[in-house]
Amino acid sequence: MKLTEMSAWELGQKIAGGELKATEALDACMEQIGVREDEIHAYITLDAERAYENAEAVQKRIDAGESLGPLAGVPMAVKDNMCTEGMLTTCASRILGNFVPAYSATAVEKLKEAGAVIIGKTNMDEFAMGSTTETSYFGITRNPRNTEHVPGGSSGGSAAAVAAEECIYALGSDTGGSIRQPAGYCGVVGIKPTYGTVSRYGLVAYGSSLDQIGPLTKDVRDAAAVLEAISGYDEKDSTSLDRKDLHFTEALREDVKDLRIGIPSDYFGEGLDEEVGEAVRKAAEELKAAGAKVEECRLDLVKYAIPTYYTIADAEASSNLERFDGIKYGYRTEEYTDLHDMYKKTRSEGFGAEVKRRIMLGSFVLSSGYYDAYYLKALKVKALIKKAFDEAFSKYDILLGPVAPTTAPRLGESLSDPMKMYLGDIYTVSANLAGIPGISLPCGADKEGLPIGLQLLGDCFREDVLIRAAYTYEKIRK
Amino acid sequence: MANVISDETIEYVGILSKLKLDEEEKEQARKDLAEMLDYIDQLGELDTAGVEPMSHVHPEVNRFREDVVTNGDMRERILENAPEEKDGAFVVPRTFE
Repeated sequence: MKLTEMSAWELGQKIAGGELKATEALDACMEQIGVREDEIHAYITLDAERAYENAEAVQKRIDAGESLGPLAGVPMAVKDNMCTEGMLTTCASRILGNFVPAYSATAVEKLKEAGAVIIGKTNMDEFAMGSTTETSYFGITRNPRNTEHVPGGSSGGSAAAVAAEECIYALGSDTGGSIRQPAGYCGVVGIKPTYGTVSRYGLVAYGSSLDQIGPLTKDVRDAAAVLEAISGYDEKDSTSLDRKDLHFTEALREDVKDLRIGIPSDYFGEGLDEEVGEAVRKAAEELKAAGAKVEECRLDLVKYAIPTYYTIADAEASSNLERFDGIKYGYRTEEYTDLHDMYKKTRSEGFGAEVKRRIMLGSFVLSSGYYDAYYLKALKVKALIKKAFDEAFSKYDILLGPVAPTTAPRLGESLSDPMKMYLGDIYTVSANLAGIPGISLPCGADKEGLPIGLQLLGDCFREDVLIRAAYTYEKIRK
Repeated sequence: MANVISDETIEYVGILSKLKLDEEEKEQARKDLAEMLDYIDQLGELDTAGVEPMSHVHPEVNRFREDVVTNGDMRERILENAPEEKDGAFVVPRTFE
């Protein structure tokens, strides 16, 4: 088995056991990057020199007998919307094209402490706004499973880098499905944790009440291990929760006998591709055969999730992106007459079309005269959606469905019709509105060989149940 | 129920968004905004009378900490990212005469 084919867990064990040096693991990833990166373009920034320095430093810590956990020495990648001290952090935008943070995001800091070796920063939709990674200022990423198709988004570079074995695992962020959907399209595993589980400190804000950082990995064990490493209370994020139940790897058990799984019929309606529906239903049958109690159920308000999501996310984005003004960091326009002209020209030249579209909608729904009718209305519907989930989770431990209505679209198909692209988020956005955790994992492929993603949703704080069911299903498939 | 976005609204949104739009962009924005608002208007089908707006899903929000500096003096490194800098400060265009 090639080193890059191994999971983080396997590689980490070899490194911890002295069988393999951290630099050798990095060599293997660098070699794979040499083979595939020109075509895939998963990365915005690659920093081999710093990665080797880190690998050597981690090796010294391991040799000195320091106990670092299962991820020590394993090469990984970080989505380019998380600050990395001394390393470009662009958000795939021209406006941050030259931004070098003076500090690292808490999630990145935690991984560094655990001995992670950061290879580089992955491509994404600009400011995480998009579902295909085609809105990046720095060019598109291709799906490693079929390079005529998109990798999904917005964490498309992270998903593609893991799928192409250009890193062993990666971090992504999920505001409306941006970890789960690209994981589904690229055939890898992704988790969006309960809101507040992973600190957002150092994550460039998009929709602050919805954003969560999470792992993209080759298997469920790695996803649990990475999530365990990055979770925890952080006083630098005022919405961070002080959870005590963060030992996610303890949930890696093959046992679903006590689990009640609901299949919302509303997730199998109009617009769902037939092959996707079949593969997901087959996965449910397999979990049933393994002892879980599986039945069809109702989940109200599914069709209202997308209009609610785009109202809230864009409102928050319009406010969060006010800070990009050409004064303290990032791009500044060349010529201007006064301060306001400078702001406007800087932002107009610095942001791409999708980002501008969302800032404008967000500004509108927050403006006086429209605030109650749009923004406040959406917050009320959000409360109803949360209630619908509460009711579902009073009967079921898990809600099972597809990650997305189709497999990965062809390159260029989505951008011409933003509304159609937004509708592709129908199964993922509700989890962000309700703050609940979700996991995405492969459950088959379509006729063209494109991966199909299975999504499991759980109640707040019940990542353990999702990890246990996903781990069990993965073992059945293998 | 189709929304029609007026020239004044687009001008206003441009001001709020701090964006300079050319004629073509304004036309596109008018179309996009109307299409999205038509779509969002679906929410009007739901009776939300008496529903409390939910901004955060968990009750524990805004956990405050002591206002104490813990990360030391980073002035030089912060200023390295400034488009223009002079004597340890950010340079901005003249704002009044």
